[in-house]
Amino acid sequence: MTLLGQPMKWERYFWPLFAAGVLLLLWHFSVRWSHTKIFPSPVDVVRGTAELIRKGVLLHYVVDSLRRVSAGYLGAAVLAIPAGLLLGWYPAAAAVVNPTIQMLRPISPIAWIPVSIIWFGVGDLAAIYLIFLASFFSILVASINGVRNVPSMYRRAGRNFGLSPAKLIARVVFPAALPQVIVGLRIALGIAWLVVVAAEMIAVDSGLGYLVIDSRNSGKRYDLVVAAMILIGLTGLALDTIFRRIEKLRSVRWGFRNES
Amino acid sequence: MEQTMATTSMAKTVMVPAQATKQTLKPKLRAEGIDMAFTRDGTSVPVLENVKLEVHEGEFVCLLGPSGCGKSTLLNVIAGFLSPTHGQVLIDGEAVRGPDPRRIFVFQERGVFPWLTVEGNIGFGLFKLSKKERAERIAHYITLVGLQGFEKAYPQELSGGMKQRLEVARALAVNPDMLFLDEPFGALDSITRLIMRRELLRIWEAERKTIIFVTHDIEEAVQLSDRVVVMSARPAKIQRVVEIDIAHPRDISSSRYLELRDGIFEQIGLAHKV
Ligand SMILES: Nc1ncnc2c1ncn2[C@@H]1O[C@H](COP(=O)(O)OP(=O)(O)OP(=O)(O)O)[C@@H](O)[C@H]1O
Ligand SMILES: [Mg+2]
Repeated sequence: MTLLGQPMKWERYFWPLFAAGVLLLLWHFSVRWSHTKIFPSPVDVVRGTAELIRKGVLLHYVVDSLRRVSAGYLGAAVLAIPAGLLLGWYPAAAAVVNPTIQMLRPISPIAWIPVSIIWFGVGDLAAIYLIFLASFFSILVASINGVRNVPSMYRRAGRNFGLSPAKLIARVVFPAALPQVIVGLRIALGIAWLVVVAAEMIAVDSGLGYLVIDSRNSGKRYDLVVAAMILIGLTGLALDTIFRRIEKLRSVRWGFRNES
Repeated sequence: MEQTMATTSMAKTVMVPAQATKQTLKPKLRAEGIDMAFTRDGTSVPVLENVKLEVHEGEFVCLLGPSGCGKSTLLNVIAGFLSPTHGQVLIDGEAVRGPDPRRIFVFQERGVFPWLTVEGNIGFGLFKLSKKERAERIAHYITLVGLQGFEKAYPQELSGGMKQRLEVARALAVNPDMLFLDEPFGALDSITRLIMRRELLRIWEAERKTIIFVTHDIEEAVQLSDRVVVMSARPAKIQRVVEIDIAHPRDISSSRYLELRDGIFEQIGLAHKV
């Protein structure tokens, strides 16, 4: 591989796949040589995955998890972005609510599970609420900071062209803060995906988190446990890739380091 | 390359000879007894002291002074971004109460919006126009500042000089009567700076705006302006106003140019030897 300069196109896919392949082999032979009866080898996991597909639960569970994440996450984004823009714009209001936000933010969403079950019962709504909580504060804080960090020069320029305050927020403050908001959204999505798995282990009976717990509890099917884990990882990777695409959009790329 | 293209394409638009303004001495701006003080750590630090200034319509005035003396502060007061502690600024006989699209400020650092394309930036202030008018206006100013071919480019894809031209175009596009430029070429290399000065003069001759231009570069002030307003160190007072009675294009090795330049050097208390 050329270490300097651009890697060839095939190299960009070949080497990461190669590394994954090496890990798989390592896993395979560790299982072989240790003669473990419990831990599955990659081949067992592939068979388990095939079984899940045959039974029709695989797609169903992935979709269920994604549905919960979308509901909680989008709900959080829709509320937190405008709230963050306003709080960033009115520092006095932000000073009033900031201590509360900073107190609630470090509480792990997992700690909210009992409370959310009391409020919403065992079911979808409790899980969605946890995801909402998990995403809300990251997006809110990123939006507030995004607005605060908008150089005053941009605001002055906007005012100079005769923009009303509402227009100024929409046409200057929001686009100027957008890169930071997107960073917050990306972090929040990562957390939301972590939390959905935890929530599904407790509060619902479908989804990838449920698959992990259920496979273990009903018959110690560790091949299915690991299959579910890998699916969780791959879906998380796919979600993050979408965000990387968004960061490359030309109207926000200025706000990110050029790593290309 | 685009530089020369722009210059030739605009040559036919320049109809007014450079000296024509001198005859129309209509007052445009009057600053009366401006005091400005900032409070820092509880104490009040005076920055401007009893500044009086008059600028005529179509005039090109340079504010010149040492770094930190209060030039940007004065320009911000004139533009309505800061209100002075005492005194007031009258433009067309009306007191300035805030920023106004008839007077556009061009910033010391890069003030173009990085989230908009060249077209988007130039069209930023044109939200009251119809789509067609807006497109025409944008096309006109892209040509005027020589950014053809970069309509869809984002600022991070432009050079420093191109960004500065873009900001000037964004300002001109709303057809203001006044431009306030705060060291617009300060961050550019010396060759680009010279080209930009020529471009600005060309645009000024084409569009006849009243321009207040802040600089701490004596040569720049003498090359560009009709009058140089020399400010003292902080708290800034107006020390002297020097009339630059040389026709454009100016020969910067002529004896009159050197005489005026050296006069200002002396005024500021700098010898001509380094
Ligand atoms: N918002 C502010 N609060 C407190 N002090 C300020 C503020 N703005 C400017 N000053 C002070 O006022 C003085 C003049 O600043 P100003 O920016 O007007 O200088 P300048 O002449 O434009 O300098 P330069 O050529 O370096 O841009 C400086 O001493 C600065 O510290
Ligand atoms: Mg300044």
